[in-house]
Amino acid sequence: MENKVQLKINNLRKRFGTEVVLDGINLTVNKGEVVVVLGPSGCGKSTLLRCMNGLEAISEGEILLDGEKITAGSKEITKLRQKIGMVFQSYDLFPHKNILDNVTLAPIKVQKIPRKEAEERAEKLLRRVGLWKKRKAFPRELSGGQKQRAAIVRALCMNPEVMLFDEVTAALDPQMVREVLNVMLELAEGGMTMVIVTHEMQFARAVADKIIFLEKGKITEEAEPEEFFTNPKTETAKEFLQSFVYEKHKIQ
Amino acid sequence: MGNDIFSSEALFEAWQIIKTQFPLAIWETIYVTILATVFAILIGLPLGILLVAGEKDGILPLPSWLLQILNVIINLLRSVPFLILMILVFPLTRLIVGTVVGTTASIVPLVIAAFPFVARLAESSIREINPNIIEMAQSTGASPMQIIIKVMIPESVPSLISNATIAFTTILGYSAMSGIIGGGGLGKIAINYGYYRYKYLIMILAVILLIVIVQIFQSIGTYLATKTDKRLKRK
Repeated sequence: MENKVQLKINNLRKRFGTEVVLDGINLTVNKGEVVVVLGPSGCGKSTLLRCMNGLEAISEGEILLDGEKITAGSKEITKLRQKIGMVFQSYDLFPHKNILDNVTLAPIKVQKIPRKEAEERAEKLLRRVGLWKKRKAFPRELSGGQKQRAAIVRALCMNPEVMLFDEVTAALDPQMVREVLNVMLELAEGGMTMVIVTHEMQFARAVADKIIFLEKGKITEEAEPEEFFTNPKTETAKEFLQSFVYEKHKIQ
Repeated sequence: MGNDIFSSEALFEAWQIIKTQFPLAIWETIYVTILATVFAILIGLPLGILLVAGEKDGILPLPSWLLQILNVIINLLRSVPFLILMILVFPLTRLIVGTVVGTTASIVPLVIAAFPFVARLAESSIREINPNIIEMAQSTGASPMQIIIKVMIPESVPSLISNATIAFTTILGYSAMSGIIGGGGLGKIAINYGYYRYKYLIMILAVILLIVIVQIFQSIGTYLATKTDKRLKRK
């Protein structure tokens, strides 16, 4: 793997009012690296991801993409965002547009590439996730898993340099989780730089190059997946991992 | 009124009036209402969008004093009864049309009365959009203008059509009222013949025609709104 720094976060602080949500985050994501952010709910995972895309203004510190500063509300933000694809838990497809239009809208209107080229890009991606046949369907006609795959394709169609995934399988039935995670695994193997927030531990272990454990807005652990899952250093991380293990007769 | 409302004499007279006056009156009513609706939408729709996009957390935040002024203007215009507003805007009507009497002249007060209403309707349509979708559009790097034109408006089309239909029927009602002080159309006929000359048959006919016009446009509006709504199941 190349060691070119793609995304760098320096001493990031984020407050909502007086409440500190992110407290001194330092993180480096290299090109082609897959970073999985884990942590109990309310620890700031989603907020961290939203900051990376300028959807949340940060209170202190800086976030750099290819050395360029991401500032919410700035003029350059629209340019930078085009390099960062983001997929949300609730899919957020445009309900009045069919799948193909959903996927090609941003490339055509924001990146201003010709429709034909955008549709070629879309075809390649939709075929890859098995949705080309559904290109004329409207979102309401798709299952949750299909919608989420379409949402991933929509983000990919912008040819982003980094992909952010915010609990993209949290609203899905188990068998649909699989089809979405497979797409993400394939992306990771293809060398995409990704930052993933997830509660799928098996998946995290398989896909990650680096695990970040977030606790009350601080990174308390940064480790390779094998090390993190077999030998977590902090108590909270141990408890957190334990909460995914089910054993009979041990419910307190 | 009484028995003589359907006497042969009254019927004959009514027929003469219908033949000579109604075609023009129907045309005037439709023409005034459509034009006034179009102008009201041209002013009201952008204003309604601005009311949502310009909020503090909106995609195109405006200074809060500006937003407040817009809101006050809209509320002010909406609280003045239409007939009084019509008299109040006489100077403006004279400035634009050259006269304050007649069919075309009544378009000016109709637009002034209707655009704030349309702005509120548009505002509510735009607010119905799932905020996650707007955020998603932002995350692709779309500019505020791109989001307004490519996401906000297209995604609220069914609701906008429904609300445009409401605006149309309301303006139709206003336009009938404008007959009292110089506006043309079916309202004028209903008032002139029915109220001033006790020819109730003519008034009832004019009212029936107004109802028919409302029905036709409401049906068209409902059909279009349903047809453009891709969230609904096909029937």
